[in-house]
Amino acid sequence: MKPTQHIIGATALALALGAAFGSAQADDKVKVGLMLPSTGTYAALGAAITNGFKQFVAENGGKLGGREVEYYAVDDESDPAKATENANKLVKRDKVDVLVGTVHSGVALAMAKVARDNKTLMIVPNAGADELTGPLCAPTLFRSSFTNWQPAYAMGKVAAEKGHKKVVTLTWKYAAGQQSTEGFKEAFEKAGGKVVKEMTLPFPNVEFQPFLTEIAALKPDAVYVFFAGAGAAKFVRDYQAAGLKASIPLYGAGFLTDGTLEAMGDAGKGLLTTLHYADGLDNKKDAAFRLNYAKTYKMQPDVYAVQGYDAAQLYQAGLAAAGGDPSKQEAVIKGMEAAKIDSPRGAFTLSKAHNPVQDIYLRQAEGTQNKVVSTAIKGLADPARGCKM
Amino acid sequence: MDFATFLIQTLNALQYGLLLFLVASGLTLVFGIMGIINLAHGSFYMIGAYLAFVLTSATGSLVLAIVLGIPLALLFGAFLEWLLFSHLYKRDHLEQVLLTYGLILVFEELRSLLVDNDVHGVSIPAFLDASIRLTEVMTYPVYRVVVSVVCIVLAVALYFVIQRTRLGMMIRAGNDDRTMVEALGININMIYRVVFALGVALAALAGMLAAPMSSVFPNMGSQVLIISFVIVVIGGIGSVWGALVAALIVGFADTFGKVLLPEISGMIVYLVMAVVLLWRPEGILKKG
Repeated sequence: MKPTQHIIGATALALALGAAFGSAQADDKVKVGLMLPSTGTYAALGAAITNGFKQFVAENGGKLGGREVEYYAVDDESDPAKATENANKLVKRDKVDVLVGTVHSGVALAMAKVARDNKTLMIVPNAGADELTGPLCAPTLFRSSFTNWQPAYAMGKVAAEKGHKKVVTLTWKYAAGQQSTEGFKEAFEKAGGKVVKEMTLPFPNVEFQPFLTEIAALKPDAVYVFFAGAGAAKFVRDYQAAGLKASIPLYGAGFLTDGTLEAMGDAGKGLLTTLHYADGLDNKKDAAFRLNYAKTYKMQPDVYAVQGYDAAQLYQAGLAAAGGDPSKQEAVIKGMEAAKIDSPRGAFTLSKAHNPVQDIYLRQAEGTQNKVVSTAIKGLADPARGCKM
Repeated sequence: MDFATFLIQTLNALQYGLLLFLVASGLTLVFGIMGIINLAHGSFYMIGAYLAFVLTSATGSLVLAIVLGIPLALLFGAFLEWLLFSHLYKRDHLEQVLLTYGLILVFEELRSLLVDNDVHGVSIPAFLDASIRLTEVMTYPVYRVVVSVVCIVLAVALYFVIQRTRLGMMIRAGNDDRTMVEALGININMIYRVVFALGVALAALAGMLAAPMSSVFPNMGSQVLIISFVIVVIGGIGSVWGALVAALIVGFADTFGKVLLPEISGMIVYLVMAVVLLWRPEGILKKG
């Protein structure tokens, strides 16, 4: 048995040395964990976020906080069932300094739990679940995107200003849709309007005809919807085919027309939506960002790329305040909280709950672009209901 | 709900049910006659929709795309039957499920490589791009009415082929007793190939017809697959007439469920299935 023991001893020694060297090397680098979808429905969104993040790092001389960046990537497959395991790979196995992710809200909620339990810094570059900067808010949890409430609330205000009194809402019966329609209702009813009917259908069902008939029977002044992706394209086409577009204005959160306008064809023309980003923004940062992005990736950036870019900017601000040392977490957090991010969407700061306080734009669909019409609400902060921090 | 709205909802239910029938009819034929559980049936619907998108972009006409697409789908079906499915008839259901599930992944990956992962629209042919005014605000697209008519014509044609022709007789006989049919000198393998190709073509046609209404997008097949199985089970496995009745029941349950019982609309179709199976465990119309 002696030789075996030797081997075990030698292996253990080698492993210990390896670990020691490994951590010594890692001290010089910032470890960034990217947990994003690279397969499935949201693959394109995950790629845009990664591109945006890496673009900022490249513009910053390939560094964050003056240190080289080492990426650890996991495909989260937009599958909440695998979220805890995937997050653990990055947090426990790779011991990343910051966890960046993800698109799908269900996955992000599970990730946030892992990150909080392990006191790992986390930046959400898309998922809009109100809870992340609401009841589940934490000192280590940041978001560079939006809450479902934000664009919806702005649209409620816009709809009321247009003189509409009676509105019907329609969405899939899932958290994002319901948070969105509630945000709309809050602003719209505060301004004197009335949501006469809130309709939902099971996700991801796209047989809208019964609801269109219902809308035609109710004859509201306007309709507010939350749909995204293929469902959004189908809804808008059906809405026009049912003849409703001509008589009852349709409004939505920006995801209705983001990446779906080509599929909508004529039906999407002129649609008004609200979001924290738009085409044709008049600021130098956006122009430079778009030019750089187009050069590097040979395609136009979208709101997801902006959110990835800003996640990197946000972390850079934190590291700068901590003298570039990611292990000084408290200093990093203070730096991020105090940061004013010069985003392509327009500059923003963070609320106490760590969500962007940002301008929400009213946009109108034109060709395959969502052109900015006006700023619906300046510096809108999510109410962060339930956040005790 | 006033009477006019009720009538329009009935129209919605009929139209939805008929389109579901078109997808489910191919599934029930393949499942009932050949005994194959074909999870890839939804993929044929997806392939049909993408064929419509690609061919319409190339030729500029949906009608032409469908005329070209149907023979392509038939050939594709016959080829798949020869290459893969013909080896499955004597295997158990688990192996069929494994193969056909694998095919879903293969087809989705091919779709991603050959086309892309974006959502696309297909335009309605200009001569059908009109609407019928129903109420002062609501119109009904002519295209939807035409699709319903096509579905009815196909249902009648299928019934006629299966019940009234020599081919149909052989199909039904093969379903009842494969060995005896072979003993009578009929080439049962050829019959199966025809049935399978027909099933693929029906699903692809449904996808082509639905493309302008539903848009074309990744994983669109999986949404219709489950509801198609529900229809096949409610209607009675292998029964084309049963599939028609079941598809209409599902269309009505879904449409009116959404309006009248929105809280449980996600499960209403499955409740209907459970009730039917308690009442008639073999489906409304057994094999026929």
